[in-house]
Amino acid sequence: MSRPERQTISPDLAAVTAVKSGDQRAMAELYDRYSSVVYAVALRVLGDTMAAEDVLQEVFLQLWRNPGAFDAARGSLGAWLAVISRNRAIDALRKRKPETDIEDVIVSVEPDLASEADRSRAAEKVRGALGAMPPAQRSALEMAYFQGLSHSEIASKTGEPLGTIKTRIRAGLMTLRKAFQT
Amino acid sequence: MSGHEQFGEDLTLYALNVLDGEDRAKLEQHLASCADCRLELEQLRGDGALLALSTSGPKPPARARARLLDAIAKESAAQKTSMSLASPTKTARSWGGLLGWVAAAAMVVLAVLLWNENAALKQSLAAMSDETAQATRELEDLRKIAAPILSPQAQRITVVSLKTPAQPQGKAFYLRNRSSLVFVASNMPQLPPHKAYELWLVPPQGAPIAAGVFKPDARGSGTIVNPPLPSGVEAKAFAITVEDEAGVPHATTPIIMMGAGE
Repeated sequence: MSRPERQTISPDLAAVTAVKSGDQRAMAELYDRYSSVVYAVALRVLGDTMAAEDVLQEVFLQLWRNPGAFDAARGSLGAWLAVISRNRAIDALRKRKPETDIEDVIVSVEPDLASEADRSRAAEKVRGALGAMPPAQRSALEMAYFQGLSHSEIASKTGEPLGTIKTRIRAGLMTLRKAFQT
Repeated sequence: MSGHEQFGEDLTLYALNVLDGEDRAKLEQHLASCADCRLELEQLRGDGALLALSTSGPKPPARARARLLDAIAKESAAQKTSMSLASPTKTARSWGGLLGWVAAAAMVVLAVLLWNENAALKQSLAAMSDETAQATRELEDLRKIAAPILSPQAQRITVVSLKTPAQPQGKAFYLRNRSSLVFVASNMPQLPPHKAYELWLVPPQGAPIAAGVFKPDARGSGTIVNPPLPSGVEAKAFAITVEDEAGVPHATTPIIMMGAGE
């Protein structure tokens, strides 16, 4: 799937650029656009509104302090924020220090999903794919993604061999990728 | 979209931050040198993001927005070195009022921080004053000790055996760990113009090291105080030669006086 031609700067890129020069209104704009996604992910992982709110705060403060960490050439600020939110939430869930600096996280998603409509459509496709997945595959994927369990932890929880769990998680993610690309 | 198949599954787990232990270390080592896998990693993170984006849930509470914007404004205000409370313009809307309060709060925070810093500095200054007074007292004591040795007004008397004529002599006081040297000479014969006695520190090995020059006064006395010396040199002996009055780095005439440690 080739990258669509862009005649104008994406609204996300414009806002992040403004944030780099300390524009607080641009920051508010980004919050309004993406806070639901960030909060929803954190809440899904943590199951606690106060904790999710803390992650929400932390993610956007990090963006404010270090807007350069987002690489616009790789698209989708929304996806990037969602991944950061999930990672921070997992760290909080497992009570450990953040495993990666936000600068180390590069996320490639096309197209850039800056509009609410784009994101709804994407979410629909993914939910559809998840629903159609074999239950064992979906549950392995969700345990890894939303509970941050390692493959060995999932294996001992489910009583399945390590190799099987690894294969399931990879297959599950590939299914999502295909569903999203069609 | 080719990665290396043997790493394919591990890459997926790594992208989801759930790969650990030896597998993780091995993969990280591979990633350091494999651009293909790094690219695949980004794609996989994107796939994981799809999972995140597919979650739906309640919107965050309204207070969260205010909390964030408050925090940002505080950080922004604290960074500015000068703050001016501009009157709100039409486009600023409700921002002007909010910023006014926040700036005032930030000023209070800054004032408290500066007050504390000031108190800490005053304490440091008091401690330093004590130390300086102590150092001054010690310096006075040392001056009292050194004065009779070093002052031109001091009387110098060398006590020698009555049976033999007064010999030229010198005493070197050397503190190796401070490279500190005081040399006092007496009964030294007068020298031709443009000549001086040069003192040498003789190490256990290697060439003698220049340790200052002096010309005897009318009574044959002279001193050398703290000439520049390489640090920590052991002195097996001290020696004197006659050289040009500016001193030379290596002796050009035979040694005329020498002494080892007492």
